[in-house]
Amino acid sequence: MFNTDELVINMGPQHPATHGVLRVVLKLDGEKVVDADVVIGYLHRGIEKLSEHRDWTQIVMLTDRMDYCASAAANLGYCETVEKLLSLEVPRRARYIRTVLAELQRIASHLVWVGSHAMDIGAVTVFLFALRERELVLDLFEEFCGARLTYNSMRIGGVPQDIPPGWDKRVLKFCDIMDEKLAEYETLLTRNRIWLGRTRGIGVISGPEAVAIGLSGPPLRASGVRRDVRKDEPYAAYDEFEFDIPLGSRGDTYDRYLVRLEEFRQSTRIIRQAIEGLPAGPVLGKAPRLIRPPAGETYHANESPKGEIGFFIVSDGKSTSPYRFRVRPPSFCNLQALPRLIRGHLVADVIAVIGTIDIVLGEVDR
Amino acid sequence: MIDLIVIPLLQIVFVLTGVLIAVMYLVLLERKIQAWVQVRLGPMRVGPHGILQPIADVLKLFIKEDITPVKADRWVFTAAPIVVLVPALIAFAVIPFGSSVSLFGKKISLAIADINVGLLYIVAVASLGVYGIILGGWSSNSKYPLLASLRASAQLVSYEVAVTLTFVSVILTAGTLSMVGIVNAQFNNGVWFLFVQPLAFAIYFIGGLAETNRAPFDLPEAEQELVGGFHTEYSGMRFALFFLAEYTNMIIVSSVATTLFLGGWLPPFPNVRALAFLYYVPSWMWFTLKTLLLLYLFLWIRATLPRYRYDQLMRIGWKVLIPLAIANIVVTGAGKVLLGS
Repeated sequence: MFNTDELVINMGPQHPATHGVLRVVLKLDGEKVVDADVVIGYLHRGIEKLSEHRDWTQIVMLTDRMDYCASAAANLGYCETVEKLLSLEVPRRARYIRTVLAELQRIASHLVWVGSHAMDIGAVTVFLFALRERELVLDLFEEFCGARLTYNSMRIGGVPQDIPPGWDKRVLKFCDIMDEKLAEYETLLTRNRIWLGRTRGIGVISGPEAVAIGLSGPPLRASGVRRDVRKDEPYAAYDEFEFDIPLGSRGDTYDRYLVRLEEFRQSTRIIRQAIEGLPAGPVLGKAPRLIRPPAGETYHANESPKGEIGFFIVSDGKSTSPYRFRVRPPSFCNLQALPRLIRGHLVADVIAVIGTIDIVLGEVDR
Repeated sequence: MIDLIVIPLLQIVFVLTGVLIAVMYLVLLERKIQAWVQVRLGPMRVGPHGILQPIADVLKLFIKEDITPVKADRWVFTAAPIVVLVPALIAFAVIPFGSSVSLFGKKISLAIADINVGLLYIVAVASLGVYGIILGGWSSNSKYPLLASLRASAQLVSYEVAVTLTFVSVILTAGTLSMVGIVNAQFNNGVWFLFVQPLAFAIYFIGGLAETNRAPFDLPEAEQELVGGFHTEYSGMRFALFFLAEYTNMIIVSSVATTLFLGGWLPPFPNVRALAFLYYVPSWMWFTLKTLLLLYLFLWIRATLPRYRYDQLMRIGWKVLIPLAIANIVVTGAGKVLLGS
């Protein structure tokens, strides 16, 4: 008599809360999610293939366009991979500046995350507060390299220019502001009963499962797995600084929230150490004018704000562009967990979970 | 003749225009207050500090194309916004905006109708609006609005119970169902019922938030989950009617709360002689002030809190608010019997 089929609903690609052009085909039983199918590719620009036809220095610009909320992290990952291929020494000052940029970028990216995640759950004010602070980071980046979103802020062998005068002071000042403003987000969210109700026990994933599915970054650490490229395989100047890796225990949305919030503090801690101990010297190593790495292949991973961003590059030793260029994008790998995380939850939780794995579709689709 | 037709008609026209203008500016107020909370400026372009923004908004909605989806049920689709808005507007009939004013030698009561079952009338009329929401969601013949309207009806019906139960405890305290009578009872009592029935006020306010689909209970129109909610398929003026109804309902909830719990048009401490000068402020101004205060609370809450999830919302309604409201009635009744009043 009654038709009790599952309701198939199309969430996205034009949906206010799918962070771009993600499309999720949901099978609903009432409001409960029975199954979910993630459809991606709406933002595919062929960055990997395109890179095989650009010379090595031009590719830095393309890496900007992957995770546009954290382009400095991709710049860094790519430049270091090429330096590894070239066995190029990067000056210490450049490595320090790169670390500062990467950590500023982590703060900016996490600010976008905390804002949009909170807005998806209905706390719109947090979004505007977060973007207010992000504006300060963007100002710093603008001062350093002139751009506010796609920075192109690194070169193979170092950074394009030295820091502008007074920049270090302003970065330190920003760190103080950031630590102060974090308390505001915490007031609005951390012990808010509604926030707890919406995030505790939602999208739980255990450590081994997270490893099996290939999660990385904050979602992995929230499940209690101690894995951070900055500590495990230090790059840039991370081996010279003291910082902690925040870990979660339950692996739910709330833990991922806490982990990222703590990463803000660790980032400002790293930035302070880097700025205070900034060594003198050149900022660009002796990279050849025409880059033509010797034949060979290499893989190098970085800890981007979203997770582990890896570059696998093959050079044939003859051409002035890579023979094969492949990225391991953290957003893409983390997105794999989405159907697993939302099965059995309610429609409203889908939004919370999409927010918590912090994806940027530009990076998922490339 | 004049008393029977002309004055009530004038009253109705006056109240309706007043309410509609109030709604328009409530929207502006909401945008402004939200902007200030969120360190923004809000509308600034139309008129100084954006004070003409509501007029521009209404004009825009009037000239927008009015689309009816091909698969929609035309008649129901057209009727739904009306069914939502009309009950919201006619509920104002029994709300006393002030004691009375003298105009051209005539004493005019500031309530359009002071009927002896005023509170019952409000409950009855307010519960009609939910039909419009269900009809609107269903007739759109689209999945998201359907989900949203199911949510909305479940939510409205369950919170209606809690809200109505708080009315019972107020009626027990006041001994009357008439809105004017309730205010007078607060005058005779010496204190506002907020201090006699604090729990009832809290439950009423939370229930009121839920009934008007306001944050943190704005699930039926949770933009991030259900795109637009039950009115996703509506555009132009029909959408505006839903919008109007929502804000009208906010004003109703606030003014009913003012009447029941905050002493209506009475100034604070109505019986204290030393404060008698407060009566120089017109009674309708006290009423407006109190209502605005409550409306501000609505907006403030929206700017601060995240949104509940559907099951959590139902749990709060049925497992917390309704039992508390019933307990409150029992305690009120027992108090009445024991104190012998």
